[in-house]
Amino acid sequence: MARENINETSLAMLKEITDWEGLFDGAYSVRQDGSCADMQSTATIKIVPKTDNPGIDIYIQAGKKKDIVYIPACVTKSGVDDVVYNDFHVQKDADVTIVAGCGVHTTDDEGARHNGIHRFFIEPGAHVLYKEKHIGSGAGKGLRVIDPVTDVVLGEGAVLEMDTQQLSGVDRTVRKTNAKLDKRAKLVIRESLLTDDDNVAETDFEVIMEGEDSSVDLISRSVAKGESRQNYHSHIIGNCRCTGHSECDAILVGNGKVNASPELFAGDLDAALIHEAAIGKIAGEQIIKLQTLGLTEQEAEEKIIEGFLTGVE
Amino acid sequence: MLKLKDVHWDLPDGEELIKGVDLTISPGRLTVITGPNGGGKTTLAKLIAGLYMPTSGKIFLDDRDITDLGITERAKAGIAYAFQQPVRFKGLTVRQLLQIASGTEMKEFEMCHILEKVGLCAAEYMNRPLDTHLSGGESKRIEIATVLARNASVLIFDEPEAGIDLWSFSSLIDTFEKLKTEKSGALLIISHQERILNIADEIVLIAEGKIRAQGGRDEVLPTLNINGRGCGCPLGREVVNG
Ligand SMILES: Nc1ncnc2c1ncn2[C@@H]1O[C@H](COP(=O)(O)OP(=O)(O)OP(=O)(O)O)[C@@H](O)[C@H]1O
Ligand SMILES: [Mg+2]
Repeated sequence: MARENINETSLAMLKEITDWEGLFDGAYSVRQDGSCADMQSTATIKIVPKTDNPGIDIYIQAGKKKDIVYIPACVTKSGVDDVVYNDFHVQKDADVTIVAGCGVHTTDDEGARHNGIHRFFIEPGAHVLYKEKHIGSGAGKGLRVIDPVTDVVLGEGAVLEMDTQQLSGVDRTVRKTNAKLDKRAKLVIRESLLTDDDNVAETDFEVIMEGEDSSVDLISRSVAKGESRQNYHSHIIGNCRCTGHSECDAILVGNGKVNASPELFAGDLDAALIHEAAIGKIAGEQIIKLQTLGLTEQEAEEKIIEGFLTGVE
Repeated sequence: MLKLKDVHWDLPDGEELIKGVDLTISPGRLTVITGPNGGGKTTLAKLIAGLYMPTSGKIFLDDRDITDLGITERAKAGIAYAFQQPVRFKGLTVRQLLQIASGTEMKEFEMCHILEKVGLCAAEYMNRPLDTHLSGGESKRIEIATVLARNASVLIFDEPEAGIDLWSFSSLIDTFEKLKTEKSGALLIISHQERILNIADEIVLIAEGKIRAQGGRDEVLPTLNINGRGCGCPLGREVVNG
């Protein structure tokens, strides 16, 4: 790939967000500071730049098994406000892993923002694993902002598994996810969110089940440290025979604050919807147990948080 | 060698729960503490592991005074404690807990070996989170495994038999017997189980916060009256033995 277009800051962030090992195998598109740094299509995955808006269309061939595409985005300096529209057209019976992810880096008092608007059109029988990690870095005082929008349409029997993680250093984020499910479609979302200092995170899910026997499983885990604040809202709508489960678990450390407002709507007698939510500090007995294994209180706290955030399953 | 000297422990409201315990736990030997529910066995274990601080009295580990050490420092000094009620974690896996317990990068086969001792198949359990999805017996066995994974000189197991099925219990007994011979550590098991009492070197009977009887197995076991009729309750029977 065209390494010369990708700067050092991007390289460092790519390692964090995509486990990048120096080369992407297969199809990819790397976005840097508001434009495409490099891209490559393959015989089965076509990446086409949009002509009306910044962004790309990604066509994933029908029936192709175990494909992968990388589409990370990096903002490496203050003063960049990047908006990008990426549309994924996943054709019938495809089986693809999409590795997205985003890093924002500030260099001075001006902010840096990435606003990725991702739409998924997933045709019947297709299976998508969508992975995204978000991270903020840089010594600049400007706000590091990531505002992802994810819009999903799942066809009959299609499956989307979405693993979304905010690692650290993101000052502000508004995360919006919308999904509409046809018959037997299945959506699994695993979110993990870490905020610290005076970070503010807002996360909002709306899932509409329109097709019989569709299902959603939404698991969100978050840790609010320092003076940070989080606002969680989920709305699961079941308009047919379907099952919905959401679970929102938050740990508070220091002066962190979390507001969780889960909403369920059942518009059919056979819509079975469940929500579980828990917010609180780390259980004292968990810390004590790890101390009896030789960890200090602080080390115990770190291990518990690490396990909590990475152990979403 | 672990030594307790006249250890007392009061609740904040002043009620005395541990009323002066003198106890020596020797390396290479298995000491079993037994006694009625609520007698103070777990409280004593927590005093040894540093979860509670004695109101008065002293605790020594190999002649080092550890009375004022906190939980972490006592763990580092060589005390390992398997809880009566295992703690559940959201997220942490069996593998991660064993890593923490061993304090070093544990090899895959070492973890297998430890889990095997408590009758668990590593492939099946290694990546399981230690949350409420584990059964009672499973989490109890993992709790025991965390103590086996540590390189400790005093190993305390609080009712290891609780919730363990009959088949696994036999191999657990084997594990304890092997521990006695293989390692030079001091073994302390709190138990109500006759089969564990039967492999003890020393038996200590605790009731109402006090040691009621103490001595070699053959000496103490017959006095416990566990197979006797009527009120076999050891309360009030001050059996003094050394
Ligand atoms: N932190 C505490 N606060 C109040 N009471 C306590 C505390 N810890 C222990 N106790 C009380 O002390 C007594 C002894 O409890 P302990 O758990 O040591 O009993 P045990 O001998 O281990 O019993 P079991 O065989 O049922 O496990 C009980 O009456 C218990 O309620
Ligand atoms: Mg007890």
